[in-house]
Amino acid sequence: MVTAAFIIFGLAAIVSAIMVISFRNPMASAIALIVTLCSIAGLFAIMGATFVAALQVIVYAGAIMVLFLFVIMLLNLKRDEFGPEKRKIQRTLGIILGLLLVLEVGIFIQAGLGDFGPSPAGDKGSFTSITELSSLLFTKYLFAFEVTSLLLLVAIVGAVILAKKKL
Amino acid sequence: MLIPIIIMVVKVLVIFAGLMTCVAYMTYAERKVVAHIQVRKGPLFVGYHGLLQPIADAVKLLFKEDFTLAGCNKIIYNLAPLVTFIPALLAIAVIPVGDQITVAGETTNLMISDLNVGILFIFAVSSLGIYGLVLGGWSANSKYSLLGALRSSAQMISYEVSLGLSVIGVLLLAGTLSLNEIVKAQSGGILDWFIFRQPIGFLLFVTAAIAETNRIPFDLPEAEAELVGGYHTEYAGMKFAMFFMGEYASMITVSALAATLFLGGWSGPILPPVVWFLLKMSFFLFSYIWIRGTLPRFRYDQLMRFGWLVLFPLALLNTMVTALIAIL
Repeated sequence: MVTAAFIIFGLAAIVSAIMVISFRNPMASAIALIVTLCSIAGLFAIMGATFVAALQVIVYAGAIMVLFLFVIMLLNLKRDEFGPEKRKIQRTLGIILGLLLVLEVGIFIQAGLGDFGPSPAGDKGSFTSITELSSLLFTKYLFAFEVTSLLLLVAIVGAVILAKKKL
Repeated sequence: MLIPIIIMVVKVLVIFAGLMTCVAYMTYAERKVVAHIQVRKGPLFVGYHGLLQPIADAVKLLFKEDFTLAGCNKIIYNLAPLVTFIPALLAIAVIPVGDQITVAGETTNLMISDLNVGILFIFAVSSLGIYGLVLGGWSANSKYSLLGALRSSAQMISYEVSLGLSVIGVLLLAGTLSLNEIVKAQSGGILDWFIFRQPIGFLLFVTAAIAETNRIPFDLPEAEAELVGGYHTEYAGMKFAMFFMGEYASMITVSALAATLFLGGWSGPILPPVVWFLLKMSFFLFSYIWIRGTLPRFRYDQLMRFGWLVLFPLALLNTMVTALIAIL
């Protein structure tokens, strides 16, 4: 049951991810990306991390991708506006780096770090586990947490300044 | 082994059929109540006092011509109504409509799935519903649709934040994300209802919920007077109906959620739990229609300003104060 669901969601994630980069129509790419994000949420849910799965859908699929669609709609990007790809260096670099990534992932899976499956700590969706998660965020990972929030604040301020130069 | 599966299938069928019936008769109730608010009579001829009107409407919409627009993106155009409709149906799955019952030796909750992150599931699923509006508005290749879609995405993202924050107070007091547990936390009598312990949270939730479901006075995405009809301008027949069924289904879900979070869900004396649940849900549904019959529409800038400068800070403040009290 779990394996079947894993295969379905995994395949959906991979196929739609390939669709994201192969479609010429930006709208279609964005929709494929939504499917990818939802499938990844499904993978999280299978592994018992229901809280993360819900957040994945709410934040990525529900909010960020809506903004992506928003931008695509506003700019009214069309299929043919990109033209043929000319940059040769980019393509060779892309192939080399892609192969490196595959190699790296393979090494990690070989090393046993890819021991995927439901986490042994039981169901991650209960409130106690959310309490654990938040206390971890505010103790062990406090620095990273605060730095991230600072980064987001900088991004917001930057966006406002760029948008309203006369402020 | 067989009995749990049968119970599951029956539960899914009953809740789905119930929801669809509610959707159909919500349109009737809306026309009737708004008519009486405006001293008219409303549907009167199909069946006793127009009671068969929803069926007549459905038949009419089914037999309309299913045309395809020139210059539209066909796949997305046909997909969009489904994308609105299905998330609206999914969300009802985690709402408890009654207490535990025992059938053929199996004890079961009167809900399709007792997820322990139930409320997050509802938010996740309902945040996907917005794609239907956005894609529907964009794919039709019409400026009115596109404007409606842009408005709806801006509005729904803005109000989703307040909606989510307004619920956190309840979650902090109940100490759980499971809707079943939240109902149990308020089963001790009327004073245990979260509406009395979270009055500001309740008002914020109801306001944000009206905006989230695109209802008057926040129905800017489909403002007839300025946008012809909004994101669904270019739709007709059953596809058009699906947008509306989605809207009504999400109204029902939000009303059920409000009843569960703030009015104690199915708990109540004497009457069976399901009846209490339906009564409380109907109260919110009636308020929806009542508000529609009473209030004028906001202007778009007022709507955005209200969402970000009034609702959002209040929701943050409510969360902070509740958290303080919960710690003390």
